[in-house]
Amino acid sequence: MPLKSFLTAKQAAVNMDEKKPKFRPQEALVEAERCLYCFDAPCIAACPTGIDIPSFIKKIAEKNLTSSARVILESNPLGASCARVCPVEVLCEGACVMLDRDEKPLQIGRLQRYATDHVFENDIQVLHAPKKKNGKSVAVIGGGPAGLGCAAELAQLGYDVTIFEKDKEAGGLNTYGIAYYKMRPDVSIAEVEMIKKLGVKIRTGVEVGKTVKIADIEKKFDAIFIGVGLSSNALRLNIPGEDLPEVVEALDFIRELHVEPLHKVKLAKRVAVVGCGNTAIDAVAQAKRLGAEEAIIVYRRREQDMPAYPHEYDSAKVDGAEFMFNVLPVEVVEKNGHVEGLKLVRTKVNDQGKAEIIPGSEFFEPFGMVIKALTQAPRSDLLKRLFPKLKLNKDGTVARNEVTGQTNLKHVFTAGDCANGGREVVNAVGEARKAARGIHKWLTGETAIGPIQKTRYGMKQPYGSGLDNPVRAPELEEEYYAKQK
Amino acid sequence: MADLSINLAGIKSPNPFWVASAPPANTAYQCHNAFAAGWGGFVWKTIGTPIVNVSSRYSALNLGQMRMAGLNNIELISDRAPETNFREIKECKKAWPNHAIIASLMTDTRENWHDFMKRAVDAGADGVELNFGCPHGMCERGMGSAVGQNPEVIETIVGWVMEVAEIPVIVKLTPNVTSVVPPARAAKRAGANAVSLINTINSITQVNMETMCPEPYVGGMSTHGGYCGPAVKPIALNMLHEIASDPQCAGLPISGIGGVSNWKDAADFIALGATGVQVCTAIMHYGFRIVEEMKDGLSEFLDSKGMKSVNELRGLAVNKVTKWENLNLNYKRVATIDYDKCINCNLCYIACEDGAHQAIALIKPDGHDLGPGRLPGKMIPKILEDVCVGCNLCALVCPVDDCIIMEDVPTGKKHMSWKQYQEGLAAGKMKPIPAHP
Repeated sequence: MPLKSFLTAKQAAVNMDEKKPKFRPQEALVEAERCLYCFDAPCIAACPTGIDIPSFIKKIAEKNLTSSARVILESNPLGASCARVCPVEVLCEGACVMLDRDEKPLQIGRLQRYATDHVFENDIQVLHAPKKKNGKSVAVIGGGPAGLGCAAELAQLGYDVTIFEKDKEAGGLNTYGIAYYKMRPDVSIAEVEMIKKLGVKIRTGVEVGKTVKIADIEKKFDAIFIGVGLSSNALRLNIPGEDLPEVVEALDFIRELHVEPLHKVKLAKRVAVVGCGNTAIDAVAQAKRLGAEEAIIVYRRREQDMPAYPHEYDSAKVDGAEFMFNVLPVEVVEKNGHVEGLKLVRTKVNDQGKAEIIPGSEFFEPFGMVIKALTQAPRSDLLKRLFPKLKLNKDGTVARNEVTGQTNLKHVFTAGDCANGGREVVNAVGEARKAARGIHKWLTGETAIGPIQKTRYGMKQPYGSGLDNPVRAPELEEEYYAKQK
Repeated sequence: MADLSINLAGIKSPNPFWVASAPPANTAYQCHNAFAAGWGGFVWKTIGTPIVNVSSRYSALNLGQMRMAGLNNIELISDRAPETNFREIKECKKAWPNHAIIASLMTDTRENWHDFMKRAVDAGADGVELNFGCPHGMCERGMGSAVGQNPEVIETIVGWVMEVAEIPVIVKLTPNVTSVVPPARAAKRAGANAVSLINTINSITQVNMETMCPEPYVGGMSTHGGYCGPAVKPIALNMLHEIASDPQCAGLPISGIGGVSNWKDAADFIALGATGVQVCTAIMHYGFRIVEEMKDGLSEFLDSKGMKSVNELRGLAVNKVTKWENLNLNYKRVATIDYDKCINCNLCYIACEDGAHQAIALIKPDGHDLGPGRLPGKMIPKILEDVCVGCNLCALVCPVDDCIIMEDVPTGKKHMSWKQYQEGLAAGKMKPIPAHP
């Protein structure tokens, strides 16, 4: 059966309402006043962009929202979107000392949103580029989180920056690929506008290699930053029926929510989502929220093997998503040119952690739609075409110096998903800022000093300053003791 | 960005935030760290004949989860030799020429005061602060608050100091007096360039019920200590205003001290006439880094008010405080409850009913659109506007911001103060206002 939409505009709006709404002023104050203003706070070390979290929370408690937002955005120009999309449970909030006092951690993400909303709603520009430029120019390929993060940092260092973006709007996955109940695209668009006000030129609808030649860019700019991210269309199930019209990519499905009215997005009553990463979770939860009677994750390994974060898994279950573990699709079953269901086989996970098919266990499950949420693949072909001499890693990601972002081509730097293989928005921004400093050092010989974190002031031997050495919260302790040895 | 720099009686500093003469201001090491963190001035821990301290030294008043709402201490002046302190002042001044370093001094005889003043000048201090305020230990030896409580002695000692003063002299006043004005006037008469206040307040924070000994505990005994921290700010602001509004003290620059924890506290002091502020407890709680939030917040506030300099804020509220007899008896305000915000705790009701003026009733919630989670039929508070005297108590106890708002009620009557009322009565032009039933 062809796909269709189930909900009225009103129902869709209610179902897709923000999961973590904005704090009311008193909520924000009460929450901010809980913060202990720790010294050398672990939340800072757990933030890949090294935001001085105690400082921005203190400023909220003192009703100084503009400065609070400045603290956030100076460390992370995409601080408004990260406030919504960061997996705070394993980053800042997962490191909060309150957990050790058997209390709830500070709601850092929501406080961050509260402060940044203030400056965006009131059109206050807190980041500034120097009036006098340094005469150097950098081309940024890709206007996603990495490209924007790099551009914002360079602009503040006095560079003339141009971003080349193939889509209609910059922002990348922040604009098109975030679950709708987590973040609205206008947040990402507002951040793009803020970065434009730093003097960054953004040429949208321009595909490097097609619309503009790479040779021209190399001639015109002193350095190039690659932030092309990953491709969502590369990996295939390679099973019969995969090209039926009701088999879609998860990111395309999520993207539709950002370009179509919510209640016009089409789906089936029974939806299968293949894969169990965080994007799969977003897709299955959104299918459920858009009125699918059943939305089921189909995953070839066990529950404990899933790459999705535990808090995402929990939240999807609350949304009513269902899960089938240890099953592998072998065929998309067709009827009259439409998806009828999936032919699945049962699997077991062997000692090496690989899923093995159990012979003779084939069965059929009826589905009207199949959403593929497989691992995103590197854009090796594109990169090879643009820079034939660029060194890639075995997995197709761009090889680079981890600290400076520099590739084997001295004038080419990189960060974000295309280099790290696919991590969070906040990782892309943190890495991109480091790459911007790498570019600065390479072009001018000067070391750029970021905003000094006042809450770390006085540390004789700083450990894990967040931006320099970000760690995930569960790893904090382990890493700390490893360093002590 | 507003200009935060100040000039207090000739002492210049890049911002109005100074480290107060106290444990955070003990050494050159702390001085370097303070200036690196962004403090504008550093009032060295009081230099005198080295003393011997006890263990333990501090105790606090916690309010619920809030630690150190008030702090008391029985630590004395510097336990380091004057030559060490003066040498370090010299080093620090060399390293931080644009920041203010003030030597706090405490000694006894005229010769000793002359000697200390000379050494402070030789060390390159930007000014001195005479510690006439310390309320524990030193006062038993005829110094500190023992001086500050006696205007004649203040005048004499400041006179000695001014005989040789080549740099600005600030007199630090004690709040442990009936009125702080006579000590301030005495300091001014003797030629002091500025005053700073308040020093700490005599206090006992609590008794340990096991030992029956108050804190801080020193081998089975305790002593009264100097109280400071957020809890003392209202007392400090009042004393500050008394001096700022005193005609005889007019023009006397004031350095405000007492519970400054954030930019708003500092703004309070400056609006009531202080040129700058000194901070101790907030540093003892959070470290020197706290100044960043203070500077940032004050700067944002000044920008939001279109003020180019922190000096534009100074004294703006001084004339807004008057004697009770000048207040308008015909002004009226009443409480209003925003039922969209009301959470139905009914604290306003019982506060007014038992603690104030019986101007709130509990009524049936019919007709009011109450929020989720309410018990159906539970009584809700209603202001009896004709009984309400506008005392503010309900708004003060209300746990929801902006839920109870005090609103002006036009009375149509002309301004009439108690003074005017008494004059009107005496002239036979007015009838007495009937007593409240």
